Amino acid sequence: MTRWAMVADLRRCVGCQTCTASCRQTNATPPGVQWRRVLDMEVGEYPNVKRSFVPVGCMHCEDPPCMHVCPSTATKKRPDGIVTIDYDLCIGCSYCAVACPYQARYKTDLASFAYGKATASEEQGFDPKRLAVATKCTFCVDRIDAGLAKGLKPGIDPEATPACVNSCITQTLSFGDFDDPDSNISQLLAENQTFRMHEELGTGPGFYYIWDKKETV
Amino acid sequence: MTKDEFGPNPWHQTNWDFRAAFNFMFGSAGAGLLVAAALSGAAGNALRAEMLLGMALIGAGLVSVWFEIGRPLRALNVGFNPFTSWMTRESFAAGLVFVLGLAAAWLGSQPLALAAALAALAFAYCQGRILQAAKGIPAWRVPALIWLIFATALAEGAGLYVAVTVLAGRSAGIAMSYLAIALIARAIVWSMYRNGVAKTAVRAAKAKLEGAGKVLIQFGTIAPLALMLIGWLAPNFARVLLPLAGLAALATGWQFKFVLITRAAYNQGFALPHLPVRGTR
Repeated sequence: MTRWAMVADLRRCVGCQTCTASCRQTNATPPGVQWRRVLDMEVGEYPNVKRSFVPVGCMHCEDPPCMHVCPSTATKKRPDGIVTIDYDLCIGCSYCAVACPYQARYKTDLASFAYGKATASEEQGFDPKRLAVATKCTFCVDRIDAGLAKGLKPGIDPEATPACVNSCITQTLSFGDFDDPDSNISQLLAENQTFRMHEELGTGPGFYYIWDKKETV
Repeated sequence: MTKDEFGPNPWHQTNWDFRAAFNFMFGSAGAGLLVAAALSGAAGNALRAEMLLGMALIGAGLVSVWFEIGRPLRALNVGFNPFTSWMTRESFAAGLVFVLGLAAAWLGSQPLALAAALAALAFAYCQGRILQAAKGIPAWRVPALIWLIFATALAEGAGLYVAVTVLAGRSAGIAMSYLAIALIARAIVWSMYRNGVAKTAVRAAKAKLEGAGKVLIQFGTIAPLALMLIGWLAPNFARVLLPLAGLAALATGWQFKFVLITRAAYNQGFALPHLPVRGTR
């Protein structure tokens, strides 16, 4: 089996937001909608202050609460772990949005553009199906499927890899098959200490955060 | 977020507003009224009026939430996921309430009214489960919330029933005892919920729930019980005091749910159990 997952190395992220911009450009999301976000966290008190940049978005959970609550079956999980939304089925009730512990879902009722009127690129990417329904990160599922059809390897071949991962300037983000022990992300997970966001809720996020290397004895 | 975790403070959800709150307020009061009407043994036109009022309230709640959904013309898609979605199940229960309730009102049938009351109980239970399944809102996912929503539906419905019955010049009879039991049950479940929410919700949510809970206990439990007691001891005042008691039970339940959905629904936020280790260790 394949289980697509993402890994973010928190030691590497510099908060440049290139992934955010790349996601917005690739997926043509409207202003205020960021399927890939990078949180800027500052903790502690002067002079002992630490700062962390934390990429977040849909965690493509193993047991997604958004899918269970969805009354229209618009939200589904594919066998490869990617959680999808069928825009033609969604009624826009936002139940999934309150069920998601990661604030990953958005609903935009009206078309909006960065400068009022749609630019040529915004016009090209505009999809009326996405109005008044739930939207979220798709792991760039179209790129993955198209890449696989061409025999490419997601996470290795850029054409088959999510846009945020391709654009990351520090290689913070990695993408790959969690179920393949030889995959790039399996190796990263084997070599480093990781956690998943709100693991105690039992959603089984498909998004891992590296925070330190593993101790070697 | 525990004291050992790091992250931004949770903020209030912006997805469900007063329109969603109205569904929980009107819906559960309507369901509770159907139960009270069926259990009281009302008959004839009184039964018809109460059944129709209960269904009108449930209908008003559903219409309110219909105004909130992004694609109202696809509203029937709500019925596609009975396997896991409590929203779908709520819609099925509502359908059953309307079919049985309308039949009961049309025929003036008490057995059908009882069947409609059973469907109304299922509807109220579904409403509790809808909120509890929203894992992203710590104040909602507390298991005791299911029973708090259920108990407040019974208390609100009983309160409304007593108020309507007495104002119509009829005797509330056994419904007064039923209202008293429902109020006490609601207060007990509130206390259970309060203990549960203390472990999960953020401080701002807890403060808002505490305020709403105080109103629920003082004006929604103690005051109506006292009014009913005075009305029982001094029957001359009962025509004024009993409707007041009933309306207090109803209004405090509504204010609690309004606060729960539109004021105390802070999200999970983000929390890091570890900060990244960079440079020297």
